[in-house]
Formats: sequence, C-alpha cells, structure tokens
Amino acid sequence: MKEKILEILVGLRPEFDFTQSVNFIEEGMLDSFDVVSLVSELEDKFGILIDGEDIIPENFSSIDAIIRIVEKSEKA
Amino acid sequence: MRLFFENKAITGILAVVPDKEILFDDEIENYEFSKETSLKLKHTMGYNAHRVFEESVCISDVAVFAINKLIDSGKIDRDSIDALILVTETPDYIMPPTSNVIQGQLGLKEDMICLDINQGCAGFEVGLIQSFMLLEQENINRVILINGEMLSRKVSKRDRNSYPLIGDAVTITVVEKRKDNGSIYANIRMDGSNCFAIQIPAGGLRQPSSPATSEMHRDSFGNWRSEDNLVMKGDEVFMFVQKKVPPLIRDILDFSGFDSDEISYFMFHQPNKFMVNKLADKLKIPREKMPSNIVENFGNSSGATVPLNISYNLADSLKERSMWLCMAGFGVGLVWSSMVMKVGPLKFCDIIEFGIGNS
Repeated sequence: MKEKILEILVGLRPEFDFTQSVNFIEEGMLDSFDVVSLVSELEDKFGILIDGEDIIPENFSSIDAIIRIVEKSEKA
Repeated sequence: MRLFFENKAITGILAVVPDKEILFDDEIENYEFSKETSLKLKHTMGYNAHRVFEESVCISDVAVFAINKLIDSGKIDRDSIDALILVTETPDYIMPPTSNVIQGQLGLKEDMICLDINQGCAGFEVGLIQSFMLLEQENINRVILINGEMLSRKVSKRDRNSYPLIGDAVTITVVEKRKDNGSIYANIRMDGSNCFAIQIPAGGLRQPSSPATSEMHRDSFGNWRSEDNLVMKGDEVFMFVQKKVPPLIRDILDFSGFDSDEISYFMFHQPNKFMVNKLADKLKIPREKMPSNIVENFGNSSGATVPLNISYNLADSLKERSMWLCMAGFGVGLVWSSMVMKVGPLKFCDIIEFGIGNS
C-alpha cells in the first residue's frame, strides 16, 4: 500500500521528495486541491469512498496518516 | 433558525447564461501547474467549460434583457410586479441600488419595493425567504427574484484553484401567492466569525482598490492573485460544507416530515463536482438525485447555481408537473440554508444566452 500511495503522491507533485518529509501539509507540498486529487486517486486505486468529514489536512500529512485513512475507509 | 411559509409558489424560472464559453483545456497554459496535475483536477472537480460575460456587461443589462423577454412574451405583466429583489455580490454600483436601476430601465410602477441583498452561495435561499416574507403583505402578490453574479471579473485568470470553477449567470425567478401549494419549510444558519474564509480583500471602504492592491502575488502553490481578487481558504470551506451541510439537511427533513426518498431531487449549490458528490454520499442520497453537472457546463455562479441547476436538469418535468424539491445553498458569509417545497408545474423554466449583441 505504501508504494502505491507514494506513486500517487509523486504523480501529483513530482517536484517533491515525499520520503524525506515529516508533514506534507505544513511543509507546503500539498494544498487543498492536491488533497482533492489525492482522495480521488486513492478512491479509484483502492476501491474505497473516503468520508467527506475525513478529508482534513491531518489525514493527508504523511504516508502513515494516509494509510490509516485508507484502512479506515476500507472497513466502512 | 427554522422558517415556515404557506400559500406561496415559484411560478417560473428563466436562467440567462453568457454566450461566451471558455474551455479549461484552452486555459491550462495560463497556470503554473503541470498539465497532468491540472487534468486530474479537471476530472475530479468538474473543470470543463465555464461561461463568462464580456467585461462591459453588468447585472442590470442582463436582468433588463431577461425580464423584458418575459414581459414581451406575455409571461408576466409589467404592472403586476410588486417587488424586485436582486441578490448579488457584484452590483453595477455601490450607489444607487442596482435593483432601482433595473426598475427604472424596465419602466416599472412606482408603487413597489426594490431591494439589493449582498449574499453569495446561499443567495437563492435568502432571496426566496425574503420573497416569501414580502408576499405575506396584502399588497404584494408577485415578486421578481434576480440572482446574478459577474464574479469572473473578480477572480484572477492565473488562479488555477478558482478561475476554472467560476461562471457568470443571471436568473429570474417569479414568486407569487398561490393557495394549496403545500407548506414551505426553510432553515438558515450563519457564522460571521469565519466570514473571511471566502473574500475579496480590496474594493470596499475597508481597503479601497489602488495600484498596490492590483499587484499580483504568487502563493506557495503557484496561483497568482491580487488583493482585488477573490481568495478562498479551500480546506476551511471544504470542511465547513462537509460538517455543516449534512446536519442542515437532516434538520430540514425532520422539520418537513419527509424522508429523503420522498424528495424527488436535491438541488444544491455547486461549488465543484467533488464537493457535491461527497455531500450526496454522506447523506446517502443517490448521486443522480443530486445533480453535480453545473460547474462542468457553466461554472459556479454563486447564488444563481440553484435556479440554473433546476433549469438545466428539471425544466421539462417541472413544466409538466410538480415535485418536492430540497434546495440548499452554502458558502460566502458563511451562510448555509436549505428549503423543502413543492415546485411546479412552472409557467416557464428555460435557459437563454446573452451576448454583447443583446446589450
């Protein structure tokens, strides 16, 4: 899952190294529109629906946070 | 706040859109983003085509054109208009009220009321609430509600997050007294403490427009805009909608006593396709009952999106029969409001185009 997520992130913002970042949002690597694109690609790739209320910056601030939200959506 | 009305109806809707259509594919080069990234957003957000009026066109030009069309075709009688309400954030002037400009140009009677209301995305619901309140008066039988925006001129053409979504439109809604049209249920809420989540910083008295306010600045993501341009805190607005709108809709269904499957359609304001679809999923409403195709075909015209949505998606049905609709608007202010009411059969429900040749 981690590799797939990284692949999506690099596709969105190829100029950044997401493996070296602590917080994608605070470091200005993803804005709210990137998060929208990310959600859409995660939904397509993992066959999930992410709840609108879960689309908050902290849930997309790191690879681990994104894995958690994907796993939560898979269980929903 | 819950509001309740009776013996009133929408009897016709005429939406006027610009004849000038801009395609997102043709403007991708204006933005500092990779084509691939922008095309991903196109699919998700509904960036496709949007309509913008020429820079010389103002709200009053379009409203006068449209209302004259209704008068000339016999759909409304000039002397029967007892009130004219204009809801807009882009008036012709600071002074006089644009509704008075429209009244004068149409040659309407003096014995009437004109009102300008500065509201945005919930402008259709706010305008309807005001219309219904005026119709409580014995001497007011017909209200013309105008929702119009020319926001394309206030959004930077180099702002990839906002410009592709923005559209201009003017809608004319006729609201009248009508017995036996069922009850009308509305609710409305406001949060002025977060009013700057969507704003145009300069141009009012607090910060007048000047050469300094027109200087373009690049944000950290590559969007260029000035203090004269609309700026939106996208993540705050998204969270506001996802947190506040579902309880608002549950409340209006509870108030009206309807189950969601008894509502024919949920005609919501459309900030973008993604947000509307997320609301439908959250409320467990089939996406086909909550159309999300206005942004991709016309752009987001703020308070005009709901009547345009109705005209684009339901015109044929509503000219034939009535149906129970749930309408909702949410955004600038911050304001969020919804309404459940029976709409139709309408005397007219159409979309026409306006170009420079019409002014």
